[in-house]
Amino acid sequence: MKYTVKKLITMAVTLFVVSFLVYGAFSLMAGDPATSMLGTQATPEKVEALREELGLNDPLAVQYFRWAAAFLKGDMGTSYSYQMPVSRMVGDKIPVTLTLTLLAFLMVAGTAIPLGIYTARHQGGPADRFICMLNQAVMAVPPFFSGILITLVFGRILRLFTPGGYISYKEDVGGFIGYMIFPALAVALPKAAMAAKLLRSSVLSEVRRDYVRTAYSRGGSSRQVFYRHILKNALIPVITFLGMALADMVAGSIIIEQVFSIPGLGRILLTSIANRDYPVVEAVIVCIAFIVILINLIVDIIYQWVDPRISAEV
Amino acid sequence: MDELLEVRGLHIEFHDHLVPETVVHDLSLSLSQGEILGIVGESGSGKSMTALAVAGLLNRHDMKKQGQILFEGRDLLSCPRSQLRQIQGRDIGVVFQEPMTSLNPVKRIGWQVEESLRIHTELTKQERYRRVVEALQDAELMEAERICRMYPHQLSGGMRQRVMIAAAFVCEPRLLIADEPTTALDVTVQAQILRLLKRKNREKKTAILFISHDLSLVRGLCERVIVMHRGRAVEAGRTEEVFEHPREAYTKALIAAIPRCGKGQKGGRK
Repeated sequence: MKYTVKKLITMAVTLFVVSFLVYGAFSLMAGDPATSMLGTQATPEKVEALREELGLNDPLAVQYFRWAAAFLKGDMGTSYSYQMPVSRMVGDKIPVTLTLTLLAFLMVAGTAIPLGIYTARHQGGPADRFICMLNQAVMAVPPFFSGILITLVFGRILRLFTPGGYISYKEDVGGFIGYMIFPALAVALPKAAMAAKLLRSSVLSEVRRDYVRTAYSRGGSSRQVFYRHILKNALIPVITFLGMALADMVAGSIIIEQVFSIPGLGRILLTSIANRDYPVVEAVIVCIAFIVILINLIVDIIYQWVDPRISAEV
Repeated sequence: MDELLEVRGLHIEFHDHLVPETVVHDLSLSLSQGEILGIVGESGSGKSMTALAVAGLLNRHDMKKQGQILFEGRDLLSCPRSQLRQIQGRDIGVVFQEPMTSLNPVKRIGWQVEESLRIHTELTKQERYRRVVEALQDAELMEAERICRMYPHQLSGGMRQRVMIAAAFVCEPRLLIADEPTTALDVTVQAQILRLLKRKNREKKTAILFISHDLSLVRGLCERVIVMHRGRAVEAGRTEEVFEHPREAYTKALIAAIPRCGKGQKGGRK
């Protein structure tokens, strides 16, 4: 409990630091939003009036706290380029990116854990050698490229989905998931290969531990010893990795959303950076940071539950 | 005489190098019900290998085992693994050298002590829990119920070794194999653990195969002793005889190596 509270406080502090850095960086960056909104033909007086209206002439700290306070109330500001509330623009993108990431995560956990267990228990066998080789190959392919391959194979040749034919979750949830499976696969493949390899080597190093010998000395079968003793210990590094992979996949979805033309957080982030639409950029980055930090928190809690030694160290 | 354990011509070879390496060479020993037999020797003398072989824990593919390990007349080296498993934990308990690493770090103490009961008996959960608490109390652990809920890292080295002993004794085995059980502990705890083993031996008539490099421990605990050197038993006999009248040069050298500050000082003054 104390551990969880401590983690929550850490999370709040991290969010504060991230949001301040993001806000500060964009305020200091070259380029004046007022000028870009009014165009180059605007008179200096008009620009100055707009700067005043947007609050761009106040000190940075004042601007930040005004923005943060509104943000906490759900008001993310107004988009410079679309003149609409940022929360409306960003709000319906979050479920898209989250679905993509969660689907990919389920694929990673669902394949890597059984594969890691299987290869470790049949170490040196033909299946193990084949899977290890395959892992090596899959690990080396970046998601954007496997995304292109998946589009080619599943979209063009097998015709399991229409490339570029994104279906919104608001229209058809089934169709949405059906489309999202393929980008999720592209994101998941290298991570699944890494996680399987990690679990395999983790099991193989746990097998040599003294407690395993103790478990055998009590008359346990190799199956009992594996599932009751080794697996939980071997999963500890894998959980750490899965947490990092999940955070990485949230950020990595920016690229894969381009490949599969999915209107998610990544898409809107890239367009708004190009347009110098700071309120949108800030909101998206803070949202991504929040998701990543939240994932870390969940991983930490799971971690403590799996490994009782963790909470003792706090 | 009815022997509980009889090892005949045990020979263990490793094949992980170009030249096979013999770690135990033609070793024979016997142990009857309620007896304590010590095996002493320096590191690499093959004493731990012997202990692991008797416990049925040497299953590496790159090694060759010959001879017989007869436990109540059944050969542990040649019987099928399923039969061996029925004996392990129920009739033979093992306590290892490192209490730090011999317990599973992510499982509760109670669960680990209970394991042999879960594998070998049909007892209900409540009955098993009662037996676990009794075993922990019998291993002289205070607040046994609280310890059941704790994890190994929350206990001291001595407490962990008591937990190991409780776990080894929970099914009331006829033979306990103690492989350097006190080496990792400090001297006062060492003495307590030895007293505990001795009491268990007296009360339950459990035979103990006690492996140690520490001659004074063996002398205090064991009735008979085997001295091992480079995989061979160089001397065997009643502990007092071996210590008072060693026949082999190696045994003499080992005994001479025991530091005796008290006697040495007296001799110096004379």
